[in-house]
Amino acid sequence: MVAISRDEVLHVAQLARLDLTEQEIERFQEQLNAILEAVGKVAELDLSDVEPTAHPLDLANVWAEDEPRPSLSVEEALANAPDRDGDLFRVPAG
Amino acid sequence: MKWEAVIGLEIHVHLKTRTKMFCRCAVGALDDPNTRTCPVCLAHPGTLPVPNKQAIEMTLRLGLALGCRVAERAIFHRKNYFYPDNPKGYQISQYDEPLCLNGRLRLPGPDGVAEVGITRAHLEEDAAKTLHVGGAEGRIRGATASLVDFNRAGTPLVEIVTEPDIRSAEQARRFLQVLRRTVVELGISDAEMEKGSLRFDVNVSVRPGGSDELRTRTELKNMNSFAFAARGIEREIERQIAIYESGGQVEQETLHFDPSREDAPPLRSKEEAQDYRYFPEPDLLPVEPLREWSLDELRATLPESPAARLERVLAAGVDLRDAEALNAEPERVSLFEALRDAGIEAKPAATFVLNDITRHEVDPARVNGAEVAKVLRDRDQIPREAFDAAVAASATDGFSAEEYLRERTVADASELDPVIDRILSENEQQVEAYRGGKEGLLGFFVGQVMRETQGKANPKAVNDRLREKLAK
Amino acid sequence: MIETLRLTAEDAAGMLERGEVSAAELHGAYRAAINERDPELHAFLTTVDEVEGEGVPIAFKDLISTRGVETTAGSKILAGYEPVFDATVASRCKAAGLPLLGKTNMDEFAMGSSTENSGFGPTRNPWDPERVPGGSSGGSTTAVAAGLAPWALGSDTGGSIKQPAALCGVVGLRPTYGTVSRYGIVAFASSLDQIGPITKTVRDCALLYRIVSGRDPCDSTTVELPEPVELPGGEDLRGLKIGVPRELNETEGIEPGVSDRVNSALELAKELGAEIEECSLPRSVDFGLPCYYLIAPSEASSNLARYDGVRYGHRSAGDGDLRELYARTRDEGFGDEPKRRIMLGTYALSAGYYEAFYGQAQKVRTLIKQEHDALFERFDLLVSPTSPTVAFRLGERTQNPLAMYLSDVLTIPSNMAGLPGLSIPCGLSEGLPVGLQLIGPQFSENTLFRAGHALEKALGFDFVPERLR
Ligand SMILES: [Mg+2]
Ligand SMILES: [Zn+2]
Repeated sequence: MVAISRDEVLHVAQLARLDLTEQEIERFQEQLNAILEAVGKVAELDLSDVEPTAHPLDLANVWAEDEPRPSLSVEEALANAPDRDGDLFRVPAG
Repeated sequence: MKWEAVIGLEIHVHLKTRTKMFCRCAVGALDDPNTRTCPVCLAHPGTLPVPNKQAIEMTLRLGLALGCRVAERAIFHRKNYFYPDNPKGYQISQYDEPLCLNGRLRLPGPDGVAEVGITRAHLEEDAAKTLHVGGAEGRIRGATASLVDFNRAGTPLVEIVTEPDIRSAEQARRFLQVLRRTVVELGISDAEMEKGSLRFDVNVSVRPGGSDELRTRTELKNMNSFAFAARGIEREIERQIAIYESGGQVEQETLHFDPSREDAPPLRSKEEAQDYRYFPEPDLLPVEPLREWSLDELRATLPESPAARLERVLAAGVDLRDAEALNAEPERVSLFEALRDAGIEAKPAATFVLNDITRHEVDPARVNGAEVAKVLRDRDQIPREAFDAAVAASATDGFSAEEYLRERTVADASELDPVIDRILSENEQQVEAYRGGKEGLLGFFVGQVMRETQGKANPKAVNDRLREKLAK
Repeated sequence: MIETLRLTAEDAAGMLERGEVSAAELHGAYRAAINERDPELHAFLTTVDEVEGEGVPIAFKDLISTRGVETTAGSKILAGYEPVFDATVASRCKAAGLPLLGKTNMDEFAMGSSTENSGFGPTRNPWDPERVPGGSSGGSTTAVAAGLAPWALGSDTGGSIKQPAALCGVVGLRPTYGTVSRYGIVAFASSLDQIGPITKTVRDCALLYRIVSGRDPCDSTTVELPEPVELPGGEDLRGLKIGVPRELNETEGIEPGVSDRVNSALELAKELGAEIEECSLPRSVDFGLPCYYLIAPSEASSNLARYDGVRYGHRSAGDGDLRELYARTRDEGFGDEPKRRIMLGTYALSAGYYEAFYGQAQKVRTLIKQEHDALFERFDLLVSPTSPTVAFRLGERTQNPLAMYLSDVLTIPSNMAGLPGLSIPCGLSEGLPVGLQLIGPQFSENTLFRAGHALEKALGFDFVPERLR
């Protein structure tokens, strides 16, 4: 059975952009292992000739015509912005 | 040892739709900041993508133009990564089931035709634009903040990936030129590098000539012109060869070029190992093109392939530079071929289209090729003014070579000889001087004959005849 | 003074129609009930004063975007966020003239089964405030059960309408996937999320479903209903074949009191003329929960990536570079459960694990769908308890995520197959409501309403919590 290591917890937290505390790292490692043990049994089934279901509906070709609709005003677009510089969203460099 | 370059390209092209890929904001990446946004392209909670049918059709037409197979079923995937220009935290792209795959482009060149495999052509959305402020102008390094404009976010992009079939920087440049012509002539993109509507990355590795191994490759990003790219690729090939020849190993890395300083060495970045966690986009359904489009009908909408056109022009014996210049406009090639059909040699036909037609700002599409060929055929027997007037008029309705040919110069010896004999007898002193070695006096005699004939004499014939008679 | 505890939406509509009450008075009566009882129950996160529309007022789970009205999905990361647009279901309710009463509490990002995972404190069960209302739509089910709203909308991913409806003694429908627009619904797991009605009666449920359902051009995954919604009226079940899947009725952890009530309801169904037969869903129950806990967190890990503090929502106040800003903003803004699921989903999608987890879970989903399809060749409906247990105590399962996840073991399998499910109250066990789950094939909502209505009439369950009567 898969077990998730501390390094993997750190790697996953990094991929997910979560700045976990030491306590959280320990707790999540333990809980994720318990959950993975419970859900891991699907990994053991032999389903080589089963098609995956990505979607409960068996539909295709849903789209829209290329007709413009009004955009938001700049003020609406920026209404919830935590920080802005004129009409632009502002974030620290990185 | 002889080394061989192995080059693959990934090209991104903005599609010329009216609206974005997954929302109905008007496309307008260069409009005032954040005036082309909506809850969908700002990734507000709960918003959902609805694909642009026109963008799908454009991608299919491009795929067919590149000889691709159109997938029976294509799906969109999410490519997950964090960056402020990526508002959802994922880009909707395509992964293992793209719209078009397994194409092939016959790439003509001076040494024959090379085949470049097209791995795939898929549809995705562009990111927002970030502007770095506080440091040196526009650079990431040293910047204190980034400002984000979401106008471009969600613009439809088609990504074309080639097989590593390209063997030189020059071939890569030629491929990009031909591909650019292809998308422009399909009417699916402006493909202007300065406006960012055509961008590409290059993967480069080298190997001993003749082997088929694939060695570690580096990726060149941020190229802003074809010529710049070719120089960058050449430098990179030389760098890799030097590393192997001194016993070293090439490291996998990404090289960013600074477009504002073409002479600067590339910035290296060992980007952290990316794990994009691709998975099928659950907010979208599969696309099954064959249920909506007839491929034959789509094929019928394709213009002639610029690659095939270039191949014909080269085969006619035009050198690469002129051939590419002709190929830059299909109408130039049509005129070139009309001239060839009228019996004009390749070189003068190309020169005529590229120099005379261009200089007179004549629309090559409107030129009567068969008629203008008559003027061109007798070019050196027509006064220059008359020739120029013919070129300038060649695109007008009812253009006829006749009136210009009437201006034909006098080249016939029986007409010229009496004039020449008279001038020589009237200028005995100069004739003596010429025969004594002052050959520069030839111009004097020519001038006299031209004045006497009021410019109708053919300069070449006058020259030849004068030399003959003075030699006696 | 209008007494809201017993008033159904249908009755309220009748009063409005006959001019016995104005929409503003009706809205006011519910606002008064909220003022009186919500301080104890905490069903609402936001209330609305303006009365927009002439119809029966409604409450929305706080993940339904409402223009100009704070929408948090129960998360601090969205505290203060005011959408600049309406979710499609919100527009449809507006178009039908239903004034908004407010936004109801929920487990953060709909991740939970008790409404204890709200970033703004738990909601309490109106039958016993020491107990949870279930979740994640616990705010909506509590509001309806306690007469704080005549009807409400909730969302159901793994059972988040059906399970709290069961625990609060109200009716809840999880519609066929694709029949109700998700546009403007703060996403948890896109291939599973569905919006549905929470009401006191099955007829109210049908009325509200009629308003919100149907294809939406803004949601590519919606379809038009194959037939119009019928308001149920019949009181028998003649001609109906009901299957009783052994695994859904005998799985470990079902309380005896719950089984008793379900069995009595089945007896009643037989008396009403239904044919009842035992059947089996061998793999759906065994593999449903594992499959769900791979697919839902995987999709969630991606859906929750947009909360980065750039365009809206919480942003960490500290300095530092972009990377630190992202990581701190998300650490501060998300509670424990979203973090846990983001971690799980990120892991399941990451290089080397995709095939074994997400890819494999999608194949299991095919098996679950096939098993259900096969049963619906023989049966019109399947029946089971909605929740293995009645409402549990606050804090009882918060320390053990797996125990909490088991709350949805009976609702998840049909959800994985995209099937509709209706939960109706079928009696009390230890003084707390028990829910009966009716599952049908895709687009069988009319059958569910017909059967649910007949059973509801025969059961005669009093939906007003005993302590409030
Ligand atoms: Mg790409
Ligand atoms: Zn938009």
